[in-house]
Amino acid sequence: MDIFIQQIINGLVLGSIYALVALGYTMVYGIMGLINFAHGEVVMIGALVALSVIKLLANSGLPGVVIVLIGLMAAALVCMAVGFAIERVAYRPLRKAPKLAPLITAIGVSIVLQNLAMLIWGRNYHAFPPILPNGEHEILGATITSVQIAIIIIAAAMMGGLILLINRTRLGRAMRATAENPGIAQLMGVNINQIISLTFVIGSALAAVAGLMVSANYSIAHYYMGFVLGLKAFTAAVLGGIGNLAGAMLGGILLGLIESLGAGYIGDLTGGFFGSNYQDVFAFLVLICVLVFRPSGLVGEKAAERA
Amino acid sequence: MSALLLEAKGVAKHFGGVKALHDVSLSIRKGEIYGLIGPNGAGKTTFFNVLTGLYHPDGGEIVFAGEKLKASAPHEAAARGIARTFQNIRLFANMTARENVMVGRHVRTSAGVMGAVLCDRRTRAEEAAIHRRAEELLYYVGVADRADDLAKHLSYGDQRRLEIARALATDPQLLALDEPAAGMNSTETEGLRRLVEGIRADGITVLLIEHDVKLVMGLCDRVAVLDYGQKISEDVPSIVQKDPRVIEAYLGGAVA
Repeated sequence: MDIFIQQIINGLVLGSIYALVALGYTMVYGIMGLINFAHGEVVMIGALVALSVIKLLANSGLPGVVIVLIGLMAAALVCMAVGFAIERVAYRPLRKAPKLAPLITAIGVSIVLQNLAMLIWGRNYHAFPPILPNGEHEILGATITSVQIAIIIIAAAMMGGLILLINRTRLGRAMRATAENPGIAQLMGVNINQIISLTFVIGSALAAVAGLMVSANYSIAHYYMGFVLGLKAFTAAVLGGIGNLAGAMLGGILLGLIESLGAGYIGDLTGGFFGSNYQDVFAFLVLICVLVFRPSGLVGEKAAERA
Repeated sequence: MSALLLEAKGVAKHFGGVKALHDVSLSIRKGEIYGLIGPNGAGKTTFFNVLTGLYHPDGGEIVFAGEKLKASAPHEAAARGIARTFQNIRLFANMTARENVMVGRHVRTSAGVMGAVLCDRRTRAEEAAIHRRAEELLYYVGVADRADDLAKHLSYGDQRRLEIARALATDPQLLALDEPAAGMNSTETEGLRRLVEGIRADGITVLLIEHDVKLVMGLCDRVAVLDYGQKISEDVPSIVQKDPRVIEAYLGGAVA
């Protein structure tokens, strides 16, 4: 029983992170009908920038939480700038090009960012300095760390904030209007270039937070971490129904749970033939199943409505 | 004679070899209801699209309220005070009726990222004002009871009215209506006629494309007729109605 609870907790933590990243994919898709495959690299850059700043300040005598917050600020600023630049350089010139063109530049940007990160931070793994209070708490026979609790709460707060922004503010309305019909939104005085930039910037800020969360939770970061994480978050967005915010959140949490429970039980279920190192397989199994059986995702609309 | 609000000078627009608009000049006075009619494909909607910045004209210019309109800049046209509706309704289908009108306020409001994050007093006051204005406009056009329904769930006639409310939300000086009575029954058309007269009474100049001849002749102060992208007549309805060129355009040249 406690394995089950433990895997649920692990799944929620992982799922919260996936959800934050998935939101970045889904927001961009909702507004431009484009998969920003470079988004995973933004997460990686967020993690590494935060880690560098935290390492720099680790011996400054400041409290650990403050150091991490400063790292987070720095990461968020850098990621927002990177997200803004990605849209300007790789997507805006191709706004009227066939859909395949921005897909290719997306992959190109992804490769450039990875290599840039490798040049800056090297090929090695970077360890997260042990500056955060790492208390462990017992829940129903399972343990959860303070960092994990913080991850779940912060992710939930950010998602709540995003929902309010989208549904209750002038900017949110402009974003939804642009997503539905950019031409008409312009006639209402919406500057759609600004809205599209803003979408990338917000998605990248969420990615920065997610990046820090990954490195804090697994105590590690490296230049290649964005690739698989990005693919999984993309899977989460597709699972929920790409273009749909609630779907991305739901898909993220579900994927985290599926992965974590799958990894926890696969050993028992296959008599030890497969181990938990097959964890990654589940995400992509889910992706294949969704694409075959329900391409519109759990809460997505029929694709035809977008045409 | 009242002042000119809009003056189109030799506006031209080609699509490949097709001259959708050819040297169209017309002038709309402040406070009038100006009708633009013509057979299908005469270039009426193309003129609207040039006017509202959706198309870049291939020649000529449009002077609005004394200043030249920048070509192909829709949000600039909105800011200058030109609003429009569409022949085939183009609402934000998955937003509520109220939200559709609230988006229309975008051009006259300013809350940005900082406002959204800080939720300061000015932002909240502006948001409340947007809300109030949207309610007023929904009531004005007569769809207040559907405020919280998604636009796509409104009846056809209500959608047309909602689109007018959204256009009015931009505080236009000129409201351009593209076939607002299309698909309406006679009761709905009568309601529309009263609505348009009310809008003019509130000081907004109206440019109307319409096929319903009775509506146009009854409502408009002056009418221009387009045929094959050229203006063939412009005057008060009673004279335009008898213009032989107009009769020929509508009925064909072979009248015995």
